[in-house]
Amino acid sequence: MTTHPTPTLISQYASGAAGVDDTTVWAVEAHLETCAACRAVLTDAVDPDTRNLLDRVADAIATGVATGPRPVRRRRLLRSGVAARVLPWLFTATGLMLAAALFEWTFDSLPSLVLLVAPVAPLLPVAAVWSRRLDPAWELTATMPRTGLPPLMRRTLGVLSAVLPVLAVAGWFTGHSPGLWLLPVLGFTAGTLALGTVVGVDRAALALTVAWSAGVVVPSLVDRQLPPILAGDSLPGWALTTVALTAVVLVRARRRPNEPHPNLLHR
Amino acid sequence: MRTVSLAETASSTYAWPVHAEKLQVRAGRHLAVDELDMRLGTGVHGLLGPNGAGKTTLMRALATVVKASGGRLTVLGGEVTGNADLRQVRRGLGYLPQHFGFYPRFTVREFVEYIAWLKEMPKAAIPGAVQRAVERVGLADRADTRMKTLSGGMLRRAGIAQAIVNDPAVLLLDEPTVGLDPEQRLDFRELLREIGLDSCVLVSTHLVEDVAVACSDVVLISEGRLVWQGTAGQLAEQGGAGDAGDSATERGYSAVLRAYRGRVSA
Repeated sequence: MTTHPTPTLISQYASGAAGVDDTTVWAVEAHLETCAACRAVLTDAVDPDTRNLLDRVADAIATGVATGPRPVRRRRLLRSGVAARVLPWLFTATGLMLAAALFEWTFDSLPSLVLLVAPVAPLLPVAAVWSRRLDPAWELTATMPRTGLPPLMRRTLGVLSAVLPVLAVAGWFTGHSPGLWLLPVLGFTAGTLALGTVVGVDRAALALTVAWSAGVVVPSLVDRQLPPILAGDSLPGWALTTVALTAVVLVRARRRPNEPHPNLLHR
Repeated sequence: MRTVSLAETASSTYAWPVHAEKLQVRAGRHLAVDELDMRLGTGVHGLLGPNGAGKTTLMRALATVVKASGGRLTVLGGEVTGNADLRQVRRGLGYLPQHFGFYPRFTVREFVEYIAWLKEMPKAAIPGAVQRAVERVGLADRADTRMKTLSGGMLRRAGIAQAIVNDPAVLLLDEPTVGLDPEQRLDFRELLREIGLDSCVLVSTHLVEDVAVACSDVVLISEGRLVWQGTAGQLAEQGGAGDAGDSATERGYSAVLRAYRGRVSA
């Protein structure tokens, strides 16, 4: 329980606290900070000159606040530079998809190039946003508390939001079911992030791209037909894989919050 | 009235902001820091050493860019050698890498803001802290120009601004004076002294005169090992008239290094 200081003590405090020991002054001061009633007593206790002065200061500050320049409006943090750096890779991905769509439209006899290329289309830009070679400030990024999965997810979502509309146009243009291109894209992106926590995002993206090209794209171009894993029956499998890989990424992020490191210096 | 948070008044639970015990760090395959023992307290410490002594690797290990391959390293009371969550430690760090990479299209203010955001500073505190950091390095008039138009010295100062924006308890500057003209160098030393009053600053440099003027303590390493640690005045006393160098500190530097090489080869 706090006991309030006596009005006499407060008026002594207000008039300079002559004859009151330091400990008492501190106690009164500490009490005044938390007690509005005693502050009101203090206001009455101070001499009129001081009160005048305080009033004038308060007025001046209020006028200053009202008439002065307004605080700078908080701009959204512009991270256009990051986007611009990835731009060439986004263009590459877009160009690839458009070329695939055009190719598919021109040559009926070939299996759908859009479906074959779509899964790996976002991987190159995703690698570009989290790579030691392509991020000039990687050494700084590596020392930040806000590192690891959250910023990588942000950047990946940025890439996906740029690549997916292009894919949607290409998919609509060639008349494929959205699930057939959307799910593989998400699956491969999640796979890159999951593998990226082990070997680095850029290497993971490269490895998956090469594996998909060599294992699926080239054989199906040779056979001139789509592989079974790009047929309608495989949709549940893709969905399951995507969910599982995303879970792997989240679990790993929780266990080792500093991964994926933007570089592999200590490996 | 500003509310003082509990964290600000909490007593620190560590004796040394930076404490390395038998620290080993690799740069590639090469063991660049080898069994280094070092304790740094509050103040400005100059990290001196010949080329290839392991200065940059040591700075990188302290900045948590690279993991140590052996020994123990404690920064701000948190062990950074294991797989621990480094967040808490990193919030108290400021780091200027030797090769300061930046986003050319960002303005200085945007870049420092971005770094402040990455350092998880409270959102409301960022604009003020950024302005203060930019003013402290004397870049206030160029705060809204794009970084690609800045000169080398200005870039270095922008790098220092991003390092000090969160008022770090441990500030690591790797070759901060490269590209600064003499006047800026004086301002920089003043800034260092100011920051060194209540935080631990480690400045890696090969300019002995910077150390003599701006640093209270000197850490001298060679081939990844601690050779000598003491005050700048003590280093100056080590040198005799016969040692190479133009100033007392330079003579002290070469004397200590020569004595160390003699011990190693013996």
